[in-house]
Amino acid sequence: MIEVEDLRKVFAVRRRAGRLRRTRHEVRAVGGISFSVPRGEMVGYIGPNGAGKSTTIKMLTGILTPSSGRLRVAGIDPARERTRLARRIGVVFGQRTTLWWDLPLLDSYRLMRRMYRIPDDRYHANLARCTELLDLGDLLEVPVRQLSLGQRMRGDIAAALLHDPEVLYLDEPTIGLDVLSKAKVREFLRELNADRGTTVLLTTHDLSDIEQLCKRVMVIDHGRLMYDGDLDGLHAVGESERMLVIDLERELPPIDVAGCRTVKVEGPRQWLAFPAGASAAPLVAEVAERWPLVDLSVREPDIEDVIARMYA
Amino acid sequence: MREWNGLRDAPAVQALRLYGLVAAGGFRRFSTYRAATAAGVFTNTVFGFILAYTFIALWHERPQLGGYDQAQALTFVWVGQALLAPAALLGFGFQEELQERIRSGDVAVDLYRPADLQLWWCAHDMGRAAFQLLGRGIVPMAAGALAFELALPTAVHTWLLFLLSVALGCVVSFAIRYLVGLAAFWLLDGQGINMINALVAMLLSGTLLPLTVFPGAFGDIAQALPWAAMLQVPADVLLGRHTGAGLAGALAFQAVWGAALLAAGRAMQAVATRKVVVQGG
Repeated sequence: MIEVEDLRKVFAVRRRAGRLRRTRHEVRAVGGISFSVPRGEMVGYIGPNGAGKSTTIKMLTGILTPSSGRLRVAGIDPARERTRLARRIGVVFGQRTTLWWDLPLLDSYRLMRRMYRIPDDRYHANLARCTELLDLGDLLEVPVRQLSLGQRMRGDIAAALLHDPEVLYLDEPTIGLDVLSKAKVREFLRELNADRGTTVLLTTHDLSDIEQLCKRVMVIDHGRLMYDGDLDGLHAVGESERMLVIDLERELPPIDVAGCRTVKVEGPRQWLAFPAGASAAPLVAEVAERWPLVDLSVREPDIEDVIARMYA
Repeated sequence: MREWNGLRDAPAVQALRLYGLVAAGGFRRFSTYRAATAAGVFTNTVFGFILAYTFIALWHERPQLGGYDQAQALTFVWVGQALLAPAALLGFGFQEELQERIRSGDVAVDLYRPADLQLWWCAHDMGRAAFQLLGRGIVPMAAGALAFELALPTAVHTWLLFLLSVALGCVVSFAIRYLVGLAAFWLLDGQGINMINALVAMLLSGTLLPLTVFPGAFGDIAQALPWAAMLQVPADVLLGRHTGAGLAGALAFQAVWGAALLAAGRAMQAVATRKVVVQGG
């Protein structure tokens, strides 16, 4: 559905160098990335600010022309046929809105219907579906400016889906939302992907979005793809560690066991880090045999730590 | 029946329905700003009275100044107040919003749509103008007609021609402000250029004084510039100062400026959208 080959984007930026002189600098926003997303897949696309995520999305939607590389979305070259592609994709920005600020939600949907030339039956069916699943029933007649952030976000998601897009780009769809709204949005996206087979590319800083929605994740940094694979593999690549937390009978010096390292001691409680890929069983057995163990727990690695280590 | 369906699905008809809806949205949107509309009507009326008394004093000293008698001069004042908001004679309208969208990067959302940016804003601005003609035009005009002796036409077709001329004037006004708005792609902050635009529009549209009052070459040039299409031409059409070929010429003057400036806007838009990128995302 999405095919990207050796995609690059270089911006020329003029900088002040002295009173009148300007020097030209080339800023590489995206430096040769390749990936492909098959129909119906839901992929997380993550990276720190300025990594090139938005630039990639802008090229995928055609509002930005690549410096070089090959790009196809639904078989269309985005930059060449932006308008034709626009009818087949949906875009949602968490921090921007496509809705008409001063007018009721429904007015924006009527506009979408004309803009995307949605046949009457599709429009009514999709609107009914979105209204039900996103809980918009009471909001359709409310001016957008009176909606809460969570309500507006749901309104924006519905607006992007009325024309049955084959590909949906989501940029920070849960930013600023409370737990309940987040859950609602995620649930809806999961169902959309399962029922309609909509291909979804999800950009976010909230990694729990990714953990809950995406099997596959791509990590970009400094314009390069650092990782492309499933979530579990990310832990291996990121050399992430699991944490064994043990409570001893009394305060003791740091435990010394092969295959792990003691990272913290706090009274009778000690934290032992060991590779995420290794089994906790032999470690627990050895500790229990040699030390007066009262209680223990194993903490799974935090994906945020993994990612943070990759960026380092 | 099939022919009708074919017609309904024609791209031009689809586009007409889309931009018609955008215009309706612009109309309804501005109709929600009730307090602003009421304040605008009040301001226009007060400003109209001030100008009217100034004009009376002026025309008392210099009868037939600029080729107008006093009633015609006063009509010019109140037409100016009625068109102040719809034809955006002091700038304003939509370009601040477009500039803000460019500055914040929100304009990317507009570009993701399968719609044309210029046509979109044009339709929106025409909707706004239509609302403001009704909401902010009629009351000051009526107040002026009640308080002063105006030279208003009685023939229906003169009023219709006036409305046509107003519509063309609004298109010219939009086209100029679209250029001003797009300048934000390069300037980032539109305040400076908006102020210049407001000043130029006020002076060269005839809002302060009819352009025919300006002496010599300056007056001639001012009457040939596009701003003249925003107030001077519609006012003269209403006053019946253009007839026959002259009338066609006056409307053509507006139409040609409108087309030329819209074309310039398209060219500028093509260059500008290539820059979209840099502002955040």
